[in-house]
Amino acid sequence: MREQPAAERVRNYDEVPYGYSPREAILEAERCLMCKKPKCIAGCPVEIDIPGFIQFIADNDFKGGITLLKEKNILPAICGRVCPQEEQCEKVCVVGVKNEPVAIGRLERFLADWEAEQGEAELPPKPKSTGKKIVIVGAGPAGITAAADLVRLGHKVDMFEALHEPGGVLVYGIPEFRLPKAIVFREINYLERLGVRIFMDHVIGMIKSIDELLGEYDAVFLGTGAGLPWFLNVPGENLNGIYSANEYLTRANLMKAYLFPKYKTPIIKGKVVVTVGGGNVAMDCARTALRLGAEQSIILYRRSRLEMPARDEEIHHAEEEGVNFRLLSTPAAFLGDERNWLREVECIRMELGEPDDSGRRRPVPIPDANYIMPIDVAIIAIGNSPNPLIPNTTPDLETGKWGNIVTDPETGKTSMPGVFAGGDVATGAATVILAMGAGKVAARNIHEYVMEKD
Amino acid sequence: MAKLIERIEIAPNVHECTVDARDIAAKVRPGQFIIIIPDEYSERTPITVADWDIEKGTITFIFLSIGSSTEQLMELQPGEEIYSLTGPLGKAFDMEKFGRVALVGGCYGIGGIFPAARALKEQGNEVICYSEARSNFLLYWDEKLEEISDEVKYATTDASKGHKGHAHDQLQSDLEKGIKYDRVIAVGCTFMMYRISQVTRPFKLKTIVSMNPIMIDGTGMCGACRIEVDGTTRFACVDGPHFDGHLVNWDLIMARRKAYLEEEIVSQERQNYGKS
Repeated sequence: MREQPAAERVRNYDEVPYGYSPREAILEAERCLMCKKPKCIAGCPVEIDIPGFIQFIADNDFKGGITLLKEKNILPAICGRVCPQEEQCEKVCVVGVKNEPVAIGRLERFLADWEAEQGEAELPPKPKSTGKKIVIVGAGPAGITAAADLVRLGHKVDMFEALHEPGGVLVYGIPEFRLPKAIVFREINYLERLGVRIFMDHVIGMIKSIDELLGEYDAVFLGTGAGLPWFLNVPGENLNGIYSANEYLTRANLMKAYLFPKYKTPIIKGKVVVTVGGGNVAMDCARTALRLGAEQSIILYRRSRLEMPARDEEIHHAEEEGVNFRLLSTPAAFLGDERNWLREVECIRMELGEPDDSGRRRPVPIPDANYIMPIDVAIIAIGNSPNPLIPNTTPDLETGKWGNIVTDPETGKTSMPGVFAGGDVATGAATVILAMGAGKVAARNIHEYVMEKD
Repeated sequence: MAKLIERIEIAPNVHECTVDARDIAAKVRPGQFIIIIPDEYSERTPITVADWDIEKGTITFIFLSIGSSTEQLMELQPGEEIYSLTGPLGKAFDMEKFGRVALVGGCYGIGGIFPAARALKEQGNEVICYSEARSNFLLYWDEKLEEISDEVKYATTDASKGHKGHAHDQLQSDLEKGIKYDRVIAVGCTFMMYRISQVTRPFKLKTIVSMNPIMIDGTGMCGACRIEVDGTTRFACVDGPHFDGHLVNWDLIMARRKAYLEEEIVSQERQNYGKS
């Protein structure tokens, strides 16, 4: 797919890949073998009829394609951009055995963008009302998916969001250059047109308890997402100039600090910015730092490139843009000046030992090989725990070791009758599509639950 | 969205705002805060709730205009909608019968201690408030505090009302005189809360301070508000904002609060000298 040249794009926030033209999309669609027993559908957490929508593209019927796609996936413009297709549908694509697999994600994005260009998306026929009321807590990927499925089944759906804009991680976390916010708001607008009411600035657990919600609604879905960031627990970690990835990205994305001072939330820009971690979030931080004007954006990762959890495409984009990867390195300490400002990082060099529980080779420190780098901003992107607010204020809700809400992954059920959960608050930090998959599973079971009730 | 009902400048640069927020009024407890975004461009600004009226469905807070986002709050006129207002957030003060409690308030914290004093009095405590400012004309809510407390002690640096000096030296001399307290609560600027904690430490007098670090989301997601308490990193928005003043790492919080001074100057220049 054609992309903005790296040298140009590091100076703007515009999206990196341009997307297919209709001609390119049809050519790509024609590569699909239309397998009788398609493996790709089984590889998709939301069970999209992939050969089905690709056939529509090949037949030049984009409207048919998007209609079919949206039966299973309410957020195709988003999933087409941020799903790890190489780990899911494209991984099992039969074409991929000998050649590049069919670019399913790009075709999905193409249909969604094509629809947006046609003006306001058409609504499906209005379902018959069931008279049931369901409340969704958190307007992120899990909640949006659950809401869309439930409203299309004829339930009345209300949604509460803690922040001042809906979208969750799609808005506060994923940067504009990877997922333009206009796309997220378009998808959320579609949800509202389907009849979902969204209330911003409502922190459930504080303004209303889960018990109170159960008094007003037939079922509750909790998709409250990420919580407190993890830190390395090394000396100097609270120096000025050290951010969690959540804070750095929230400032830059949700609060639009890249447009400071027009938008008043500041962000420390820094000449040498170090991001600690090897996931997609770390790549987002390192690439944001470049766009904020860093002369050097460095990723410190304790294992080797092979073990990096980020998508290949993200690592590739970061490399192209000039992000410098210091692999097999991790901070031992952050050093500051007398005014508590970050000045240097002391790093430990690692080598790889035996595989650990995750199956990846364990990083082992090399003795007496520490080195010091002068830096002025550090971003800790090593993950986060699930959001603590609802577990803290709902004693009846069973939580796990990491503060996650315990759910049955087959149904999304929690320990409280009528309360379902999914996404990062149940699993810990994962991907958008897994959260959407959990939203779908929960929606199916919420539907069953409320229809059997009384 | 919440509608601004009234804004009064109760002392120079000290503003009392009353906002239509029925749901919050029904839920808020002493010591909790809200986050306000005055307009689309402003920061998320945490502010302590100072009073509320469940029947009228209103909440009241005190703010000082000290930054470009709080200045934006002053542009709002009664009847207008605030861009975003979220709350209640944070944990409330522990409220039980302690015995005799001293509550120390300075700047916005004079309003901040009011609901705690009222609730502690209702719980059967003896309540003594210390209200401090540079001068008499900067004090506010004197009658409100007097009405719900057993005693209100004033401290002004120019001796225009009450003790000449600060609340911390007033508290110190009271403690030295043998006045006994079972608990101290301090709300106000970081330096004042630090000094109060220093004063009570030798008396082993339990002192609760209401921390006010920089926050973004305020809901336990971003980690901006981390402070160090008893050697451990804690998050003021969900673990606090109230902590034991004898266990807080004060040097760190004071340094962290200054992290964006240069950016604030840029932001204010833009606000004051036209948008460019």
